[in-house]
Amino acid sequence: MDKDLVLELPTDIQSIEGAVEFVMSRCSGCAEQGRKLKLNFRVGLTEALSNAMLYGNVHDPSQSVTLEVTIESGRLKATVRDQGAGFDPASIPDPTRPENVNRPSGRGLFLMRQLLDEVWHNDRGNEVTLVLRLDSGSALEGGAQA
Amino acid sequence: MSFQVSKSSEVTLIEVEGQLIVGNRQELKQGVLEQLEGGDMKFVIDFSNTDYIDSSGLGVLVSLSKKIREKGGELRLSNLNEDLRMLFELTKLDTLFRITDNKEGALEGF
Repeated sequence: MDKDLVLELPTDIQSIEGAVEFVMSRCSGCAEQGRKLKLNFRVGLTEALSNAMLYGNVHDPSQSVTLEVTIESGRLKATVRDQGAGFDPASIPDPTRPENVNRPSGRGLFLMRQLLDEVWHNDRGNEVTLVLRLDSGSALEGGAQA
Repeated sequence: MSFQVSKSSEVTLIEVEGQLIVGNRQELKQGVLEQLEGGDMKFVIDFSNTDYIDSSGLGVLVSLSKKIREKGGELRLSNLNEDLRMLFELTKLDTLFRITDNKEGALEGF
């Protein structure tokens, strides 16, 4: 599959906001997607990049995070891959259970799953793919129209 | 993100400007903890000018709330927009905080 947009990011949490804004700015027609894109995709992508840098690469500045974004068949798809050992997504407890609500962390994956149409990990657990279904008419600049 | 601290009677009001996210959450945490260490017990954080809080930002609010409660105080939140309210409801954090529509509501009876 051709990648419409590929970014190699340093493990630096200060780079996340700019990377997310860049992706949003490259998506022509996405403004019409309204809340789905402005909130759901933005939150999901931010959480995926945060997890990759904080927990995947464990803040290691010598490691990088790869972000690939495509729009095809009416689906905006973002894949985030870190260079860490990976993790088992099933091991993350439900942050909304009463015993976990007071915990300061553990909400990123939950939010991705709640806000995106599809979320899946590779077997190693160092790559997450997020999918948001779009209304017609959206495309990445220079890429194929959905 | 920036924030302004002011005091009204016994309540410390923190007005946040901009997104509260992984890259800046520690600044807010440090600012509130300094006030807590200085003896302040009642806090309102106002998000009139915030359109987005990520899970790290939510985590900082949870952490601050816990530390403030341990000292016998309380942290209230005000002026969350519709999207932010939805995030608090999804994560059930609306059960952890008293959330009001405006600053005045948060200050009332504090």
